[in-house]
Amino acid sequence: MSRLARRNVIGRAMFALTGLSMFVTVSSLFFILGYLIWHGFRSINFAFFTQLPKPPGELGGGMANAIAGSAELILIATLIGAPVGFFAGVYLSEFGGRKFSFVVRYVTDLLNGVPSIVVGIFAYSLVVVPLGHFSIFAGGFALSVIFIPIAVRTTEQFLQGVPQSFREAALALGAPKWKAIATVVVPAAFGALATGMLLALARVAGETAPLLFTSFSNQFWNLSPNEPAASLPVMIFTYAISPYKDWHRQAWAAGLVLLALVLFINISARLLLPRRAPR
Amino acid sequence: MADCGKFAGTRAARPLAKVRSSLSGDRIAYLVTLLFAVSIIILTVLVLYKLVSASELSRAKFGWSFAFTQTWNPVTGQFGALPFVYGTVVTSVVALVIAGPLGLGCAIFLSELAPLRLSSALTFVVELLAAVPSVIYGLLALFALVPLLRDPVEPWLKDWFGFLPCFQGPAYGVGYLAAGLVLAIMVVPFITSVSRESLLAVPREQHEAALALGATRWEATWNVVLPYARSGIAGSVFLALARALAETMAVTMVIGNDPKISASLFAPGYTIAAVIANEFTEAITNLHVSALIELGLVLFVITVIMNGLGQLLMLATSRTGSIHT
Repeated sequence: MSRLARRNVIGRAMFALTGLSMFVTVSSLFFILGYLIWHGFRSINFAFFTQLPKPPGELGGGMANAIAGSAELILIATLIGAPVGFFAGVYLSEFGGRKFSFVVRYVTDLLNGVPSIVVGIFAYSLVVVPLGHFSIFAGGFALSVIFIPIAVRTTEQFLQGVPQSFREAALALGAPKWKAIATVVVPAAFGALATGMLLALARVAGETAPLLFTSFSNQFWNLSPNEPAASLPVMIFTYAISPYKDWHRQAWAAGLVLLALVLFINISARLLLPRRAPR
Repeated sequence: MADCGKFAGTRAARPLAKVRSSLSGDRIAYLVTLLFAVSIIILTVLVLYKLVSASELSRAKFGWSFAFTQTWNPVTGQFGALPFVYGTVVTSVVALVIAGPLGLGCAIFLSELAPLRLSSALTFVVELLAAVPSVIYGLLALFALVPLLRDPVEPWLKDWFGFLPCFQGPAYGVGYLAAGLVLAIMVVPFITSVSRESLLAVPREQHEAALALGATRWEATWNVVLPYARSGIAGSVFLALARALAETMAVTMVIGNDPKISASLFAPGYTIAAVIANEFTEAITNLHVSALIELGLVLFVITVIMNGLGQLLMLATSRTGSIHT
C-alpha cells in the first residue's frame, strides 16, 4: 500500500471512530427513552395520579401528593428565582460597568457550579435549622439557588441579542433608559426570556439532592409551605432503592412522568426559540 | 409680553422637570438591578460562610487529619474523609477516561464531518441528554446497568484483564465501575457541546492551509484544528470533571455505599456527595452533622477550583468569556 493510501485509510478509520462515538452517545439517549417508556407505561395507571402512597407491602397506591408537592416546590423556586435572575440579568446586559459585571458574571458561574448536594446543606442550615423543621419552603428556596444563575445567564444572553438600534431608537425618541428597557428591549426579547425561565424550571424540576434534607418527604397530603412534603424526584430515589417490587414499579412510573415533563419543556423551548439562539 | 415670558418659563421648566424625573427613574432602575446583582454575590458568599461556620466542630476536632484518615464510624465518633475522597476521585477518573475520547469524538464528528442539518439535529439530541435529571440516570443504572455489569461484563473483564489489580475480586455489579460508567454517560454531553463550540471557533483558514500543504482531511483535523482548540477542549474536560465530582443521585444509587478503599473497580465504595445524601438526615450527634458539612465544604472547594480552571481555559479561547452550561 502506498504511503498516501495508508494515510487516507487511517483518516477514514479515525472519522469512522468519531461517527461511532456519536452513535454510542445518541443511542444512549434512545436507550434511556425506550427503557423508561417500556417500563413506565407498564407501570403507570390512573391510581398513580390520584391516590396517596400505600405503606410498604401493600400493593397499589399512587403519588398524587408527590406530584402536588413537586408543583409547589417548582412554583416557589420560580417565584424567588425568576425575579432575582431577571433583574440581575438586566443589570449585566444594560447597566453593568465592565469590572463589576465581570465579577457578577464570574460569581454567577461559580454559583452555577456549586454541587446540588451542597445547595441542600446550605438551605438546611439557612432555613431548616432556624425554623426547626423540614418544609416545602426550604426545598423551594434550595431549588431557587439553582434556578437563579441559569436565569441570570439566559436573561443576559437574550437581552444582548436585542439589536443595539432598538435601544438607540427608543432613546432618540426621548425615552429615558429605564423606559427604553421596559417598553422596547425587554418586550423584544420577551418570548426568549420566558423560554429561558422555562428551561431553568425544567432543570430544577428534576433536582433531587437539594430536596433530601429540605422538603424531605411525606406519606400524606400537604400543601402548606411550612410542612415537609413528598416530591417526584425524591420518591423516585426512595422507591428505587427500596426492596419492594411494587415500589420499583411506581418508581418507573414516576420516572416516566418526570422525564416526559423535562423533555417536553426542553423540546418545546427549542421549537419556540429562534435558530442559533444560545441555549 | 409678561404672558409670553411666563409661557416661555413654563416651557423651559417642564422639560427640565421631566429630565430630572427621568434621571431619577434611571437611577432607581440602576439601583434595583444592582441590588439583585449584588444579592447573587451575597448568596454565594453566604453558601461558603455557612459551610465554614457549620463545620467548625469537626474542623476543630480533627484538623487536617480529617482528610487523611480512613475510619468513618458515627458510633465511636471517628470521622475520616479519605474513603470518600478516594471514591469521588476514582469514579470521576473512570468517567473521564471513557467520556473524554467519546465526547471529543462526538465533537469532531459534529464540527468537521456531519452536514449542517444532521449536525444541528444531533447537537440537539446531545443537549437533551444533558437535560435528563440525574435521578433518572440513577434509576436506569440501578435496574439496567448494574445487572449487566454483574453478569456478563465484570466476569468477562476479570477473565481477560484479571492480572490488573483494578479488575480483580468478586463482581458485585454496584461499585466504582458502575458509578464511573453512569458519570461517563452524564458528562459526555458537556464535553461534546463545549468542545464542539471551540472546534467551530477555529478559523477556517487554518484547516484550509493544512489541506493546501497536502494533509489529508483527518491530518488537518488532528494536527491543526485540534491543537488550535486545545485549551477549549481542556476547559470542557475540567468542567465535566467538576460535574462528575459533584454528582450525587446517580452515584448514590449505584456506588454500593461502603466506606472502604479498594483497588478493584468492581468493589463497592462511597463518594463525598453520596455519604452526605445518605447520612445527613440520619446523623444524630452534632459532630456527625459537622463532619458531613465539612465534607460538603471539601466538595465545594474542589468543584470551585475545577470550574475556575475550566473557565480560565475557556476564556483563553472564546472572546466573550461566557460559558452556558
